[in-house]
Amino acid sequence: MSNYYESEDLKKFGDIGQHAKGLADAFFKYYGDVTGTDGALSKREKALIALAVSHAQQCPYCIDAYTTQCLETGANPEQMMEAVHVAAVMQAGITLVHSVQMQNHLKKLVL
Amino acid sequence: MRTVVQLKVAPPPSKYDFEGLLRARRIDLPPISIDTLQVNITKLCNQVCRHCHVDASPARREMLSPDGVAKCLEVLERHPQITKLDITGGAPELHPGFDAFVERAVALRKHVMVRHNLTVQLDGHPQTGENKEYLPRFFAKNRVEVISSLPYYQEYFTDAQRGSGVFKKSMEAMKRLNTLGYGVEGSGLALNLVYNPVGPYLPAAQAGLEADYKRELKDKFGLVFNRLYTITNMPINRFKLHLDKSGQYEAYMEKLLAAFNPAAAEGVMCRSLISVGHDGRVYDCDFNQMLEMDAVDARGKALSIFNFDFDRALGRRIRFDDHCLGCTAGAGSSCGGATI
Repeated sequence: MSNYYESEDLKKFGDIGQHAKGLADAFFKYYGDVTGTDGALSKREKALIALAVSHAQQCPYCIDAYTTQCLETGANPEQMMEAVHVAAVMQAGITLVHSVQMQNHLKKLVL
Repeated sequence: MRTVVQLKVAPPPSKYDFEGLLRARRIDLPPISIDTLQVNITKLCNQVCRHCHVDASPARREMLSPDGVAKCLEVLERHPQITKLDITGGAPELHPGFDAFVERAVALRKHVMVRHNLTVQLDGHPQTGENKEYLPRFFAKNRVEVISSLPYYQEYFTDAQRGSGVFKKSMEAMKRLNTLGYGVEGSGLALNLVYNPVGPYLPAAQAGLEADYKRELKDKFGLVFNRLYTITNMPINRFKLHLDKSGQYEAYMEKLLAAFNPAAAEGVMCRSLISVGHDGRVYDCDFNQMLEMDAVDARGKALSIFNFDFDRALGRRIRFDDHCLGCTAGAGSSCGGATI
């Protein structure tokens, strides 16, 4: 292996059951129940959320998987790109809102 | 003296052995009926779609002969159990005998479906320049069902698959059909659209996508239609070439195999239709036709429209190959969309 991330490794996701099959089975059932069905959210809405999380977490496996899943649930590139912007703006907002902490501490320190 | 012995070794079974999959699942798929005669009358087309299983283009010349057209009509007339004629291509309207074929089949009281790519209305004949703007009126006069490809309700995907400018022309062509009542509820003039994925992935659920198309086409363009059929891309010919070149063939086949659905398999279209090629040869479906996998009777003899025998055709064993995984993945795929 020459890289830490190999796209072929996505197929080995099921191998996480090695040494902990019961836990993996429980995880995959939960995973399927959450993402694989229409519920209060449609499968497409869930795929778009997952795509945004994939970007925020910078997981290349998930980005590939959920780009495909978005297409297979009928999403279009505008919707997918907007989902990524939601992730981006959340990350920017999370950074910026911490400046309140910085300002609070600044006020304590400054005479 | 040494003797060289050559051993004949059978090729290893394909990783995507569809027949083997059916055997393992104990699924038998004999023909049920022949209610549809699907005729591919030409490979000539004004478009060059990137997923086209026919490899159709403006350069193709194959046409069903006048004798072949006459024979199809004779078969339709002789067999009341064949209630539907499905005319496809290429762009079937570019066949010089298309109009007469439709009119005579309608006169036989057959339900006639035309696989109409919309833009041929505006492009005309790519080789002769013949104008085809009369088509909506012709379709309406003969009350044929129009089935048109539109891979998405937006320009980006549509033009990526079917060529630059196709989306805008398709919107104009749909408007002309709508003006005559096509797709309008209560008119009796059916305009059905076909969705194909714009790449190696499976179609979204048909009902949800149909609702999206209806909302978007109505809101943005004031257009209406009746049904949306989702069809999976077949890993053959031009689309297979793309998969091979982009290194995605194996991944796509594995996706189709993983999504194999026995319920979808039960509904495959080859169980209720036969497909006729431009040379009169008979096939189990349009995909087998493009792979030149002739339909054969119980004795292994190839079927032809020129010596058509209904019972021989109904008694045939349908020929399957790797590509059939495309029709049995997920919710299934057929010329009428999802099969479950």
